[in-house]
Amino acid sequence: MQSRPLRITAYTLCSAAGDGRAATLAALRERRSGLTRNDFGPTPIATWIGRVAGLEQQPLPEQFAEWDCRNNRLAWRGLLADGFIQAAEAARDRYGADRVAVVVGTSTSSIGASEEAYTRLDADGRYPADLRRPIIHTPHSLGDFVQQVLGLTGVSVTVATACSSSAKVFAQAERLIRTGIADAAVVGGVDSLCGSVLFGFNSLELVSAEPCRPFDVERKGINLGEAAGFALLEKQAVRGPWLLGYGESNDAHHMSTPHPEGLGARLALTDALRRAELQPSHIDYINLHGTASQKNDEVEAKVVADMFPASTFASSTKGWMGHTLGAAGIVEAAISLLALDHQLLPGTLNAQTLDPACGPQIQRENAERKIRCALSFSFGFGGSNCVLVFGADR
Amino acid sequence: MTLRVAIEGVSFWASRLPGWDIAQAVIRGEQAPPEAPSARPAPTLLAPTERRRAPDTVAVALEVAGRACEASGRKPSDLPSVFASTHGDTAISDYMCATLAGTPTLISPIKFHNSVHNAAAGYWSIGTGSLAPYTAISASQYTFAAGLLEAATQVVCEHRPVLYVVFDIESKGPLATVAASRGLFGAALVLAPPAQQQRTLILTTETVSSLDPTVARSAAAPLVADNAMAPCLPLFEVLAYSSPRTVRMCLSRSTALNVQVN
Repeated sequence: MQSRPLRITAYTLCSAAGDGRAATLAALRERRSGLTRNDFGPTPIATWIGRVAGLEQQPLPEQFAEWDCRNNRLAWRGLLADGFIQAAEAARDRYGADRVAVVVGTSTSSIGASEEAYTRLDADGRYPADLRRPIIHTPHSLGDFVQQVLGLTGVSVTVATACSSSAKVFAQAERLIRTGIADAAVVGGVDSLCGSVLFGFNSLELVSAEPCRPFDVERKGINLGEAAGFALLEKQAVRGPWLLGYGESNDAHHMSTPHPEGLGARLALTDALRRAELQPSHIDYINLHGTASQKNDEVEAKVVADMFPASTFASSTKGWMGHTLGAAGIVEAAISLLALDHQLLPGTLNAQTLDPACGPQIQRENAERKIRCALSFSFGFGGSNCVLVFGADR
Repeated sequence: MTLRVAIEGVSFWASRLPGWDIAQAVIRGEQAPPEAPSARPAPTLLAPTERRRAPDTVAVALEVAGRACEASGRKPSDLPSVFASTHGDTAISDYMCATLAGTPTLISPIKFHNSVHNAAAGYWSIGTGSLAPYTAISASQYTFAAGLLEAATQVVCEHRPVLYVVFDIESKGPLATVAASRGLFGAALVLAPPAQQQRTLILTTETVSSLDPTVARSAAAPLVADNAMAPCLPLFEVLAYSSPRTVRMCLSRSTALNVQVN
């Protein structure tokens, strides 16, 4: 069963760089980073973070109180941006509530709520009463919440493959539409700051004490961020950019470091180009994974230098909002779609002197030009890789 | 829509049903379940130093994944895979939450990288050298049905066999009161494009006003009933017999997944 391109009829994102497409586009254009000094939790480690302001003061509306937690508040912010809820509801009314699937990605979902419960256990060692809500202590908290908000009743799945999660959702949704299980799908991802990731990445010595500098020769590691993003995929629509293809693979190498030659990344890339029936020379823009970790950037730079012509413009946008982990796939998909829609190619913020491994493709400065095809790379823990191919509306 | 896939391999592991042969015999009423629970399976795919410290999730997932591949005669490294778990590694989540509440800077880096939902899938791919894509999903009480559907759509879309692995472990600590699951459990299937002489599954989704899933009734049912993955048991009860039957599972609040086993 051959895959066919799908229209993306709505998309949005919310991160430290901005709430919604216009704010994000402005931040990209003006090279304004949303990274700030880490002030998360009672004993913050020395690093910078991409924190979305105001979540603490914005509980979910009463009817969704059961799902209330930082991660779902961030999901709600994302759903409210750019009229995404209205677009999804219109699709629901067009196709039927059972015909619009929900496939969303996260790495830690609402584990932050469980972390909080452990700091406020009662005398018997039980959860405090306000957090005895099972749905927010399981990974599917996110998918269940999104389905509930949008009034959908069909398939709802949460994908959790670390940093490739919300890229792989496009592939899974495409398969659901191709096989006729759904006519449209809400895809996306949400990850929020929590102790697990801040102290966890710190224990692996992967976080930087300064603002992250992707592909810089003196990069010191990653900055963690939080974000939400969503896209609506439809089989039948008359306008909107295209999901042209995707490629998935894994490294079979190590749980927390990439394959030294980027074996899995190359496979995912080749698979994605094959499905989209494109050659590397057709690719105008690549939004790289570019976390600013030593290993990722070194391997990724080599892959890009080996496989693409000098005319391909490649960059990492992590300097704007940090590494948003399970949301990175959708955030960077949305930035690739903004690049296609608004002729803005963001450079690599905070990179001063590029690593010698970088080829001519990797750019520090922004550029403005009309483009037709964009790729987004996402590579995760456990060696999980996903590459997405997007095309301009035509 | 209808998805048709062949079933090439089945495996099953619970502490009192340690293997598909025993589970089948207990389901059919041919033997009583062993009185004593078995020790957790050894993840022999891993390097000897890693075997002992492997989390239960990884140990049980690698066991059932390997057995299903053996039963199918397929080479593990050739198969894309779908890993599904309702709650993931709740033992590590309990450790992470407890450590963060007390001494956050002492988080173990190994526990942290094992805390990802795709840890079992990652170890499987490393152990087998498989570069074929895997995914790791969760969908609360609908996890088994959602994962089965994803595995079947991969078979149909990509015309290649796919390994489907499910597991849930015993929840620990305060987390166990909100993410309940008892015992160690895993099961796996190898699904493939249909060919002659093989059992097939025909999957259809159906919008329903009230869900009436098939209920597990065999002597195996009480042995896994408290595990979060228990909704998978009715399918395995049908697979234990050679006669055709249809199993109805819940895919969402108002969607059923009907699986006709031929």
